[in-house]
Amino acid sequence: MTSLQIVFLVVAAVTLFSAGMVVSARKLMHAALFLVLTLMGVAFMFAMLGSGFFAVIQVLVYIGSIAILIIFAVMLTRNMMDSEAEASNRGWQILAPLSLLIFAGIITILSSWHAFTSVRDLSGTAGEDVVALGKALTDPNGFAIPFELASILLVAALAGAIYVAMERKGGRG
Amino acid sequence: MIPLSWYLIFAAGLFVTGIFGVLTRRNVIGVLMGVELMLNAVNINLLAFWSYLYPESISGLVFIAIVFVAAAAETAVGLALIISIYRRRHTVYAEEINLLRG
Repeated sequence: MTSLQIVFLVVAAVTLFSAGMVVSARKLMHAALFLVLTLMGVAFMFAMLGSGFFAVIQVLVYIGSIAILIIFAVMLTRNMMDSEAEASNRGWQILAPLSLLIFAGIITILSSWHAFTSVRDLSGTAGEDVVALGKALTDPNGFAIPFELASILLVAALAGAIYVAMERKGGRG
Repeated sequence: MIPLSWYLIFAAGLFVTGIFGVLTRRNVIGVLMGVELMLNAVNINLLAFWSYLYPESISGLVFIAIVFVAAAAETAVGLALIISIYRRRHTVYAEEINLLRG
């Protein structure tokens, strides 16, 4: 066991525990805060995989905006939250073993893959080439069209979100 | 050195937790949180494959960036829908949102 492996196991345990709390916490506000911890653990995993850029993007996009959006939504709908009410529906006794079954299935399929146990020393790698990524995203022979499509998707989502959430005057819109 | 399998098992655990949350949460915001967990697990997988198998290739990174964009768009629209439903029907529980019931 190297120290890197111990660090990985600790982070993985914390992340999976907080993920479990996200799906099972009775109060939704607690679930949202545990979601922040989970996203932080995922950002740590990105950094361990040698991608510092995406670790930063994870913190900025997920923790900085998506988690904040979710916390806003939780607070805006707060007076509905009845802390006595059941947080999960009745099916969870069936669905918990089913989820474990899906997990076992995924692992079984993955373990039959030849590259499953491949090991690579990531400590010496320089990480991703952000300049090359930026050039590829704007290169017409590269990924310019997916990049433009993604920006159109973002604009459409922005306009759609404003339109859907806007309060219309005069009856039902 | 950490084998690739550790990352894959961790991501599978995160993904399954997300599925469980999506299927069992009564609150629609909780369902969205489950979706976020699943998207994160997918991103870990993509980045692990890129890092272990194709570190020279740039397309894996582009894929991750697109997943980030899709996740941001999904959350914004999803939360707008939840706020809108809450305004009109005063509920955030999935079983009470049954306007489209056949």
